[in-house]
Amino acid sequence: MALELGQSEFEIERDKNKCISCEVCVRQCSNDVHEYDSDQDTIYSDNIKCVGCHRCESLCPTGALKIKNREAQFQTNYNWTPSHLKNIYKQADSGGVLLTGMGCDKPYTVYWDHILFNASQVTNPSIDPLREPMEIKTFIGRKPDSLEFEINKGSKDTGVKLKTKIPTQLELSTPIMFSAMSYGSISFNTCRSLAAAASEFGTYYNTGEGGLHKDLYQYAKNTIVQVASGRYGVDVDYLNKGSAIEIKIGQGAKPGIGGHLPGEKVTKDISNTRMIPEGTDAISPAPHHDIYSIEDLAQLIYALKEATNWSKPVGVKVSAVHNIAPIASGIVRAGADFVTIDGLRGGTGAAPQTIRDNVGIPIELAIASVDERLREEGIRHKSSIIAAGSIRSSADVIKAIALGADAVYIGTAALIAMGCHLCQKCYTGKCNWGIATQDPYLTKRLNPEIGTRRLLNLLRGWSLEIKEMLGGAGINAVESLKGNREHLRGIGLNDRELAILGIKHAGEAW
Amino acid sequence: MNRLDSINKLKKNTQEYFSRFRIPSGCAIFGVMNEAGERFSGRTAMDGISVMHERSNGLGGGFAAYGIYPQFGDDWAFHIFYDDMEAKRQTEDEIARSFKILLSEEIPTVKISRIASPPTIYRYFLKLKRNSHPDRKNSSSSNNGNNAAIEAEENLIVDFVMHINRDIRGAYIISSGKNMGIFKGVGFPEDIGRFFKIDEYKGYLWTSHGRFPTNSVGWWGGAHPFGLLDWSVVHNGEISSYGTNKRFVSGFGYECTLSTDTEVITYLLDLIVRKQKIDIGMVHLILASPLWEEIERMPVDKREILKALRISYGSALINGPFSIIVGKGNFMYALNDRIKLRPLVAARKGEYLFVSSEEAPIRKVCASPDRLWHPDGGEPVMGVVKEVKKEEKKSIKEKKIDKKLVKLG
Repeated sequence: MALELGQSEFEIERDKNKCISCEVCVRQCSNDVHEYDSDQDTIYSDNIKCVGCHRCESLCPTGALKIKNREAQFQTNYNWTPSHLKNIYKQADSGGVLLTGMGCDKPYTVYWDHILFNASQVTNPSIDPLREPMEIKTFIGRKPDSLEFEINKGSKDTGVKLKTKIPTQLELSTPIMFSAMSYGSISFNTCRSLAAAASEFGTYYNTGEGGLHKDLYQYAKNTIVQVASGRYGVDVDYLNKGSAIEIKIGQGAKPGIGGHLPGEKVTKDISNTRMIPEGTDAISPAPHHDIYSIEDLAQLIYALKEATNWSKPVGVKVSAVHNIAPIASGIVRAGADFVTIDGLRGGTGAAPQTIRDNVGIPIELAIASVDERLREEGIRHKSSIIAAGSIRSSADVIKAIALGADAVYIGTAALIAMGCHLCQKCYTGKCNWGIATQDPYLTKRLNPEIGTRRLLNLLRGWSLEIKEMLGGAGINAVESLKGNREHLRGIGLNDRELAILGIKHAGEAW
Repeated sequence: MNRLDSINKLKKNTQEYFSRFRIPSGCAIFGVMNEAGERFSGRTAMDGISVMHERSNGLGGGFAAYGIYPQFGDDWAFHIFYDDMEAKRQTEDEIARSFKILLSEEIPTVKISRIASPPTIYRYFLKLKRNSHPDRKNSSSSNNGNNAAIEAEENLIVDFVMHINRDIRGAYIISSGKNMGIFKGVGFPEDIGRFFKIDEYKGYLWTSHGRFPTNSVGWWGGAHPFGLLDWSVVHNGEISSYGTNKRFVSGFGYECTLSTDTEVITYLLDLIVRKQKIDIGMVHLILASPLWEEIERMPVDKREILKALRISYGSALINGPFSIIVGKGNFMYALNDRIKLRPLVAARKGEYLFVSSEEAPIRKVCASPDRLWHPDGGEPVMGVVKEVKKEEKKSIKEKKIDKKLVKLG
């Protein structure tokens, strides 16, 4: 019926004077928006199919195309917004759960944008990173309570011997890692770009829950392997391949539920990597069926440590939910070497829209309250904290660390660096940028060498900016930024928000 | 009018006021010691620090002196500021509950026009009562040489000092060590020295401080040196890692109530050296750790140690400009930040070791040192008292009150 059509979200403007009917747009669009009519030598476009990925617009050789957001033509109503109407039409039509991709796009407060960083003036010199060393090397892993040395004062040598054994650490050249994105949700070329960039820059990428493709074994040193509730691709070789293991309990975009990879995306290669039959849906359970409590989590942590000879850090990833502080404290006490906290705005390849947009809390508040709680309990050093869930710039990285994180994960930002235009249609498998798709016609659009180079550029650019900001604040080592909330001020926040973030308002001096 | 009232109220309640703000300050520091343990008059420290008059602005000065109370060598010596008699009454009640008071008296001072409205300043020589001793079951005296017992007693003193300073309004314990004392206040250091008659005391180790806070509020308790047990710290600089350091020590139960850099540095030292037993000879590798590029070039065994230290104590790294002089029972320790953003000069002459913000004060008290040098960033200077002179040992045993030095208040 007519309702099914709803209304188009985009309007495609084609300048007839500029269009040469070369059909680039026709070939580039996996959604079949553009169609060439050879009789009239004209290209027609169907607005309703457009997802707003801007691929055709970017590649049009004559600049004839403009994709514009289209104002919804429903009657103005502040309660029944166009998105509610459209969703109801869709559901009345299909009877299904509405899916979406990427992170929550609702206008909740983005706390990063209400926090300002500090700089030195007069009483304390700023440090020039172009002329002085500026250290951003970061270690992820359990730190000992204290160090014990054996000192032989008589001997000629230094005569100092370290008695304490330091647990294995991940060594990062910059406090930024690539977060978990599975082979399946993203293409092999995308995985390879992430792995190669992490390896070349001296940081880590995370396999996500989709196993590890054999061709990526060469990047093992810079790989964090994930163990999720579906256990796809998990065997002892997989565990031993990575430099660290991350148990995935939850994800910011969909706290409380498992992942879903449609059978259409399960190609031969993916079936091998995930160790599941070709063409079957890969639906991971909401909880791990061997973890129904915190003591079960402890068992899995130690089982994984045993399986890998206690040679690797084992961490746990959870979504930021209301009780995140005590949950994180429990995870640390259960033996996790790092805790990844994924906030409300964290991305995903596929999630029910209603969960993505309504469940969880922002990462800024979660980091602040977790760091505070762990300090109060005297166990902050036992685990590193990795912040995830919409880190959009180097400034967000700085603020996350000053609030108490050790490092951050970036997912969406890395995909954007490789061409993603945030159309939020990852779940369709039709990504025109060749990122969130397994269609060979589309995946070849991302050249892994170019992808790698662009990711390296991003890491380099952000690292330079982090150094500039650190130096400006008179700090020359990133460890002196960690939890240093004295360098943050809130702007436009109320007392409660400031108290949770543990920062003063702009204008309040020491 | 309302606002003015509230500001006045705020200022009156000085401790609360100071817990709210962190006051960056630039300063002059000077330290001198005799490694043979020979005691000398505080005149030397006064002469030295007075040369750096320009580095302070009259809002704070002070001295830490070691070896000045040999007659009470084994007893806790507390110096306390009182804003009023009520604070004194409350504090003395608390003291009497846990300690045997060997002597309590007002610290002798002279009136000087340039020193305005000092608080009431008392000193106490105390012994922990047997029944309040944390380890009283297996300890015959309060100090039987058992390391665990000593540490437990020290922890108790730390808790006591923190309790008084936090909970009793208008009372502030400025020094809480043995055979040492801190004298400080609002004014230029040379005036503070005259006020306390520093030149009449004899010690083997002296540190001093002249303050230039970038803030106009003068509070006696906020002057330096800062002390805890027999630690005393004088500091020049403003550290940019304050928030990180504060959060680090708070995880180990140290509460920063004064919000000064010197306070957090003292707690870092107490935690690392006294509690976690890291040798003082390695402390500079934590507080002013070498750069990664230097560590990478070291031989394997050394590199492993340095790496372990940075991984474990990253949050104890003091970042930003500082030079500090630390006094502790039998040693003096001076250190610069790792890229030397603040001045520090050291010199030796015979058994004497001098450290100072500038060279001139050293030349003033010792015209021709055997050696004078500018330590590198992160390179510590340390002097250790080999032994306390014999006649003093005797006097410690006798524990007779030397009335010339300590006049009953």
